[in-house]
Amino acid sequence: MENQAERRHAIDISSIRTISHNPGKEDPCLHVENLNLFYGQKQALFNINMVMPKQRVTAYIGPSGCGKSTLLRCINRMNDLIDGVRIEGKINLDDQDIYAKSVNVAALRRRVGMVFQKPNPFPKSIYENVAYGLRIQGINDRHTLDEAVEQSLQGAALWGEVKDRLNDNAFGLSGGQQQRLVIARAIAIEPEVLLLDEPASALDPISTLKIEELINELKEKYTIVIVTHNMQQAARVSDYTAFMYMGELIEFGRTTELFTNPVKQQTEDYITGRYG
Amino acid sequence: MIKQWFKSGSPWIWLNASAVSMSLILVVGILGLIAVRGLGHYWPSNVAHLQYRDKDGQMQDITGEFVDSNEVSAQRAKDAGYAATDIGDDLEVEQKLVKIGNRELNAMDFRWLLAKNIQKEEYPEALVVVERREYGNFYGFLVALKASGQIVANGPNVWEAAQKSIADTAQVFKEIKQLEKKEIGAINYALERLRLKQRSLELKNQWTDEAKKEIAAEKSTLQTEYQSYQSRLKQLYAKGNEQSLVFKTGDGHEVAIPVGKVVNAFQPNAMSVFTKIGHYFAKLGEFLSDDPREANTEGGIFPAIYGTVLMVILMAIMVTPFGVVAAVYLREYAKQGFTTRLIRIAVNNLAGVPSIVYGVFGLGFFVYILGGNIDQLFYPESAPSPVFGTPGLMWASITLALLTLPVVIVATEEGLSRIPKSIREGSLALGATKFETLWLTVLPMASPAMMTGLILAVARAAGEVAPLMLVGVVKLAPALPLDGNFPFLHLDRKFMHLGFHIYDVGFQSPNVEAARPLVYATSLLLVIVIVGLNLAAVTIRNHLREKYRALEG
Repeated sequence: MENQAERRHAIDISSIRTISHNPGKEDPCLHVENLNLFYGQKQALFNINMVMPKQRVTAYIGPSGCGKSTLLRCINRMNDLIDGVRIEGKINLDDQDIYAKSVNVAALRRRVGMVFQKPNPFPKSIYENVAYGLRIQGINDRHTLDEAVEQSLQGAALWGEVKDRLNDNAFGLSGGQQQRLVIARAIAIEPEVLLLDEPASALDPISTLKIEELINELKEKYTIVIVTHNMQQAARVSDYTAFMYMGELIEFGRTTELFTNPVKQQTEDYITGRYG
Repeated sequence: MIKQWFKSGSPWIWLNASAVSMSLILVVGILGLIAVRGLGHYWPSNVAHLQYRDKDGQMQDITGEFVDSNEVSAQRAKDAGYAATDIGDDLEVEQKLVKIGNRELNAMDFRWLLAKNIQKEEYPEALVVVERREYGNFYGFLVALKASGQIVANGPNVWEAAQKSIADTAQVFKEIKQLEKKEIGAINYALERLRLKQRSLELKNQWTDEAKKEIAAEKSTLQTEYQSYQSRLKQLYAKGNEQSLVFKTGDGHEVAIPVGKVVNAFQPNAMSVFTKIGHYFAKLGEFLSDDPREANTEGGIFPAIYGTVLMVILMAIMVTPFGVVAAVYLREYAKQGFTTRLIRIAVNNLAGVPSIVYGVFGLGFFVYILGGNIDQLFYPESAPSPVFGTPGLMWASITLALLTLPVVIVATEEGLSRIPKSIREGSLALGATKFETLWLTVLPMASPAMMTGLILAVARAAGEVAPLMLVGVVKLAPALPLDGNFPFLHLDRKFMHLGFHIYDVGFQSPNVEAARPLVYATSLLLVIVIVGLNLAAVTIRNHLREKYRALEG
């Protein structure tokens, strides 16, 4: 089973650039295969193939409108919400096709959490925000919830700041705190994968730093995929980086290599700031 | 200079500000006018004793309250029947309206007098105003208090004795009313239910000897109860009608008034300002809490307030869930396209349909078709008299709910469309289904918008009269639609309504002058009731807004 998976991504990745420098250690988690996406007639993603390894941070970079967020939103089927979207190809999460007919989308999204560009806490108390996902799963036991809320807030490095005002409205928090609250809310349901869609773009530098530190801690437990506009950020937080352009995956590899020694000319032009 | 002034924009500001202030002045002016005209009615004004020379030159003694005065042209005064010699060469003459009451002696309650023919005007302290249950006010001098034809008190003590007698008798009548309305009312209601039960058993061919016995037993208990109440009533009535007051009118007639017919007697000319204020508020309280008397021109309007509020609440209970559910389907589930656009246009146009059309629809569809069928299916025992197949509270509420449905739908849709996409995505990304997202986040956040819709609906429904005339409002309802008899809320009953009350008192009353202040007072009250209902809803909405203020965030 494992051999098969390894072989498959070895083949797929080789067409772009191999990530299997160390295949024995890197466990694949998400496997994108020949993914094409259309908004009505317009094609937005072209034949994407990539493997994102377990408990690593994969960053998507590229100019605006290149399809990074679209690709990210394919992973938890957020694109299903948009009218007229058609998807071809496969995304496997632990060898299970998430676009298969039998898949329960709500259950999938419990396994693949997501944090959005702008903090979007619910107009409820801090406590209820974090407990939201658990309550949906029917967990209403006060003790369990208390524990989960505390753990998640600690996991998101927010516990110390809010532990005395858990029943205050979440809108009283600052932008950076709100974003960490949203992360706490996402990890409260213990997903396997965490998708971050430009999580720091609406925040000030100090909050950004906190979020980046948090990402470093979170990757011990979760497979993280992050979309960012900021190349320094990608370089700082990610283990693997994918460069996308005009809906195509141009280059994918270890962050250290992609930034220091890109294979494709386009990648080099972009990361050296010549366009984009 | 001028050009610069125009450029600076200040004329525009002035224009806007004056438009706003004009609207405010108009609103305040209308309310002020209604308040002054309506509330002034209850002030116990002094009663004059006049010497008046009528058109034949005869002197008359007139007692009454000045109500109004105006100037009329000489020609109109002549046409109105004043003697030409009295008018003389004046171009305009002043005439005064006096409420003279004493309906058993005078043809009219009110009389216009030529001001300059009033020879003498005095305000004797002994002059008494009597408010009666029937026949309107009486003005006169108290002479004696009689019991069973014998004089009990006269001379200087008579006023005190009369007050005591009136208070005692009022107590007796209060007890009578309590007995008649509550106890005997309940027995009658129970008897009617027994009759219906018997009829229904007969229809079902279950009218066995056993059932017969059972019902007969219940009937006889009720009958004995009724008998005991009846004998008590008889005693009370005898006691209440024992005493009477003898008055002498300004022009010398003697009139005896049974104390039982007196609501209240007072001597306004002898009252200080403070006693008058006390009297004023007592009257106002009576207006709010009493049943109407004398073809609605006297007494209170409590049943109308009650009916209005109850009807609006029932309407709100029906329209809110229905409108919200419809809006949620239209906005969240239905595929947006030609059909939804068509439905939206239709809904918006429904809001513009004249309300009387809803009334006709309510009568034709709800009352006759639905109500008729309900009667056939569930109430065969009460045939041929209808239960729901006749206008009533339920049909009125449903008709108004239909009338206000578009407002709620439009407001709720607006609210739903304003919920940011990010909140929905946030919820979905946590593994919530679409329904859970709606139920747990979107609907609570849209609740202020729903309340806005409800506020508009209440404002519109509380003021509607036209459709109600067809589907359930009456001039005088014998019983409140919510009372102590099972099942407590009687949706089939007819009810009274403030808006219809205004129409009825203002346009259908035989006693125009007496009714006029009541029209104003009732209008003021209707406005206050609507404002009160709205304030309640606005408070709830603001509370919800504060709770879900994500939209601003």
